[in-house]
Amino acid sequence: MGRWLLRRTVQAAVTLAVAVVLLFLLMHVLPGDPLSRLEEGRPLTAAQTEALRARYGLDRPLLSQLGTFLSGLARGDLGTSIEYGRPVSTLIVERLPATLLLGGSVLLLNFTVGLWLGVRQAVRKGSTEDRWLTTLSLAGYATPSFWLGLVLAWLVGIEWRLLPPAGMRDPLAESGFLATAGDLLRHLVLPALTLSVVSIAGTMRYQRDAMLETLRLPYIVTARAKGLSEERVTWRHAWRNALFPVLTLFGLWLPVLVTGSVFVEAVFAWPGLGSLAAAAVGNRDYPLLMGATVLVAVIVVGANLLTDLAYAALDPRVRLT
Amino acid sequence: MTAGGGALRGVWRASSGRAGLAFLLFLVLLALAGPLFLPDPFRQFGLLELADARPSAEHPFGTDQLSRDVLSRVVSGARVSLAVAALAVALSVTLGAGVGLVAGYLGGAVDGVLMRLVDGALAVPRLFLLLLVLAVPERVPLVALIVLIGATGWFATSRLVRAEVLRIREEAYVRAAEALGASRRRIIFRHLLVNTAGPLLVTATLGVGDVILLEAGLSFLGLGVQPPTPSWGGMILDARSVLVTAPWVGIFPGIAITLTVLATNLVGDALRDVLDPRGA
Repeated sequence: MGRWLLRRTVQAAVTLAVAVVLLFLLMHVLPGDPLSRLEEGRPLTAAQTEALRARYGLDRPLLSQLGTFLSGLARGDLGTSIEYGRPVSTLIVERLPATLLLGGSVLLLNFTVGLWLGVRQAVRKGSTEDRWLTTLSLAGYATPSFWLGLVLAWLVGIEWRLLPPAGMRDPLAESGFLATAGDLLRHLVLPALTLSVVSIAGTMRYQRDAMLETLRLPYIVTARAKGLSEERVTWRHAWRNALFPVLTLFGLWLPVLVTGSVFVEAVFAWPGLGSLAAAAVGNRDYPLLMGATVLVAVIVVGANLLTDLAYAALDPRVRLT
Repeated sequence: MTAGGGALRGVWRASSGRAGLAFLLFLVLLALAGPLFLPDPFRQFGLLELADARPSAEHPFGTDQLSRDVLSRVVSGARVSLAVAALAVALSVTLGAGVGLVAGYLGGAVDGVLMRLVDGALAVPRLFLLLLVLAVPERVPLVALIVLIGATGWFATSRLVRAEVLRIREEAYVRAAEALGASRRRIIFRHLLVNTAGPLLVTATLGVGDVILLEAGLSFLGLGVQPPTPSWGGMILDARSVLVTAPWVGIFPGIAITLTVLATNLVGDALRDVLDPRGA
């Protein structure tokens, strides 16, 4: 286990290092430099432009810039945002709680409702319900999250006035813990729902397939032959084993969630990392965009590593390969 | 192309595959023939009296804030979306197949280096890769957009092809061909590539749906297809400001995206069932 753990961790570190260098080179692959967009509509003199370029190190050779970037990164320094004039790492830390709240809610919905629906589909394979759920989840997967968000904000938020169409808290809401939490929850519903609809298809499908695979095994026949209730066979016997493959899906699923959150947060003005990244795109604030992207890479690689470790802890066979 | 024809027939036999295929055919025909019977998507019908007009017999999907016909724009948006998706996917499948073949067939250090690079690239969601590249330059022409979308979409494909190659090259018939003195080129093109064609076709079909969503998302952020070229994502971006007063401007392009992506995914799934019965 020790050697396997070490090898897997080193592998993750290499992946992350490659990703960071690739990102840096990618940013410089197309002509034009990050500051040229900043100058649009701003009366900067040549001297001011030069000073800005020197401040962001853009006047130095590419390799030297890469060195500065990497050594900063090693110290947790992601540079300074052009638009806000504050350290990128501070901005990210400020925005993290909102994103974790939204992402956590979506995760919860996926791994409760999504798994439950997937199991139901497998148990009733080929039924009308199974076919409808498949079509509906595929339709959800095919829906652009930003469009669904806009439609829900318009319909539920503005036409029907049921829920707030944007933001995270109402400045006029009553104070007190319960009122604040309730207000937060009301704001959370639409973005979390939007993001869940577009991401739940994968969870449902994997759970359905894994469950079908398990239901075919002889021990399920044995369990039924013993006269156990169908409920018990489904949940206690089959599902416990069919949950395994779905856990490995987490690493694949996370990029979908991160991508979706950029659009959903931007549409609902949810003050998290996604809307920060979208704003960075709009402002051409490349240190901020770069910082957010590096963080995403860290999260994806970290989640993959954790999934593998959890899987190895649960299933000893993995460690042998 | 008897194999391709057989696969198409198989897709047509599945009801969901048939629905998807029929919709895509309809969309392609509409995109090609649309200009014959629809108004010019750039024509402004009257900024004062016909901006944000409700759907009517004259304009079935209404008009947008510049008084252009929304139906015409959705149809010409289809042309842009489908063309971008088809070309970008063709590029990424070619790149993925090439890198996968090289890595799988040569193995050793080449394989090691290529796969580490692919690991690194896969750690960053495709959208973020594209945001980083597209946010810097002044203006990205459509061709460059297609190339960039295609160039960021081959990583997973190369993994797939590599795995297939590693499997197939151990098969008896490849060994036999090698023993008979077949050239490296013949092995690669005649045996390895042909036998990965099935999974590649499935990947490509599902990839078209992904790219349509991706391009719409980029255009929504203002980084994709640049106005005045109509694109579904760009139309939704424009519709944001008139969401409350003229919802039809944004609703129809969104429905078009959803139906198109759903249709390609249905075809892709049906294709997978036909070509790869193990995974069904």
